[in-house]
Amino acid sequence: MIRFLIYRLLSAIPVLFVVSLVTFLIMWLVPGDITAEIGGIDASAADLQAIRERLGLDRPLWERAINWYGDLLQGDLGYSYLLNRSVTDAVLERLPVTLSLAGISLLLATVIGMLLGILASVRHNTWLDQSAMITALVGLSIPDFWFGIVMIIFFGVWLGWLPTGGFVPLSEDPVGWARSMVLPAFTLAITQMGVIARMTRSSMLDVLSQDYIRTARAKGMPARTVIFRHGLRNAMIPIVTVVGVISGVLLSGAVVIETVFSLPGVGRLIIGAIQRRDFPIIQGGLLITACVFVFVNILVDLAYAWFDPRGRDDG
Amino acid sequence: MTAEAATDSFSIGREIALARRRRKLVFLRRLFLHPSFLAGFIILTIFSLTALMADVIAPYEPTNLNYRSILAPPSAEFWFGTDAFGRDVLSRVIYGTRVSLRIGIAVVVLTGILGTLLGTLASYVKWLDGLIMRSLDGLMAFPGVLLAIALAAALGPSETNAIIALTVTFTPRTARIVRASVIVVQGMQFIEAAHAVGAGHARIIFKYILANSLSPLIVQLTFVFAVSIVAEAVLSFLGVGPPPPAPSLGNIIADGRSNIQEAWWIAVFPGLIIAVVVLGLNLMGDGLRDILDPRHSASRETR
Repeated sequence: MIRFLIYRLLSAIPVLFVVSLVTFLIMWLVPGDITAEIGGIDASAADLQAIRERLGLDRPLWERAINWYGDLLQGDLGYSYLLNRSVTDAVLERLPVTLSLAGISLLLATVIGMLLGILASVRHNTWLDQSAMITALVGLSIPDFWFGIVMIIFFGVWLGWLPTGGFVPLSEDPVGWARSMVLPAFTLAITQMGVIARMTRSSMLDVLSQDYIRTARAKGMPARTVIFRHGLRNAMIPIVTVVGVISGVLLSGAVVIETVFSLPGVGRLIIGAIQRRDFPIIQGGLLITACVFVFVNILVDLAYAWFDPRGRDDG
Repeated sequence: MTAEAATDSFSIGREIALARRRRKLVFLRRLFLHPSFLAGFIILTIFSLTALMADVIAPYEPTNLNYRSILAPPSAEFWFGTDAFGRDVLSRVIYGTRVSLRIGIAVVVLTGILGTLLGTLASYVKWLDGLIMRSLDGLMAFPGVLLAIALAAALGPSETNAIIALTVTFTPRTARIVRASVIVVQGMQFIEAAHAVGAGHARIIFKYILANSLSPLIVQLTFVFAVSIVAEAVLSFLGVGPPPPAPSLGNIIADGRSNIQEAWWIAVFPGLIIAVVVLGLNLMGDGLRDILDPRHSASRETR
């Protein structure tokens, strides 16, 4: 298991290299003079030259790339002139909100989705199975940011039960925090639980048709033990795969949903930076979110090894 | 003798052509008798026709300002109501569907070409495999549509840039799928036979390998179509898609977000349209997968 973990950590290095290279090159794609955007309308030619020198834009691309990697290794993602602070600080300060939103919705989507899927597979070919699968298909066709707006209109504007947006830190007021998180978390979860439900169902149906399940039933084992101990445990690997894919979708979904619900996470930081053309923040936000996702994928692979001992020695 | 041989090979050729046509017909029959494919196909046809004939169907100009009817709720005159500039939401949604489908088709075509190219290169040229696959892994490390958002933001808001950003985001997974199925076909005996009788690389790649690894690609591209319609809406909702006066579905939802307190209809209708179109595409994809790729079908147990 330790060897597998080390192998998996090492294999993340080329991925992180490409991620940082792409993030670096995105700045280079920006058409026109980027310094004019950073300096604003009333910046003089001397100001622009100063900004250009401080950002190193007067140097050739390869030299800028070397500087970028040098700074990166020291955890320095650059400086935002518009926020007047370091990019690393600005992004890391916003990260907990995004992570808790994505985490809560991942938990909700996994639990509800797996329950729906198990139910559908156990009651295979009944109205329950069919309606669960129709719900799942409709759920995964709904654009999550739009569903968030519908939720705001329904629960916030019409019923007035929940706030239409805004955020209360957990440390200040736990009830207010829960009230500000419940709609965005459910919005994200509902659109993704369908994917988990469908995968759970088909994986469970596969396993439940195996001989050892029939044997377990034949020897009089209680249905619950058959389904959970022998069925679900062996059906977990495809489910873990989808959970891994979904964690990425939820992470990027959280970025968009934050804008809908006015939550102060990395997403709103990035979107605000796009409107202000604050490119260092866009780069930093993108890079750190991608690193989180790479880390999540390592966790998912460890979960594989946990559920399928065969994979452990291959590393 | 020559005349006899010629008629013989001619009739054999005709037999093969007939058999091929018969197989194609059987396939199409199975496809259109599949309930979810049929449902999805009908949904998509209706919306495509509406989008194509937008000029005839839309009751008003999508960018026509009408200050006498600002934020009017749905009525007989304005079925989907009007927005803060008095523009007819129904007309804007119809033109927006056209924009969405146009971008979706462009992304599907480009992703299909690029994905096939990279996937085939990776599996056919050994020394390129590692380089291509590691680069694609790197691109796939950006969660969801985040890369598309950043790319579109850097390139600037326009329809073309949205297409570029989405293609870059969806190509890696497609290339991976192509590579996986090409590798399987490559190992089959008839490819070895083709090499043995001296078929060239181009002929082997196009005529034998690609023709036999199309199924997973077609299924994948149906889902790329669905995802890119949602992703385009996200881009324009965030202001990095086609710029505002253009009636893109995401733009209309963004307008609705700013008038959320007094006019629910602006945001609700365009989103419903996206959901129905994407549902149609997902249904088609499920049906195609059932028939083309029985191993991975969701309903294989109900056969």
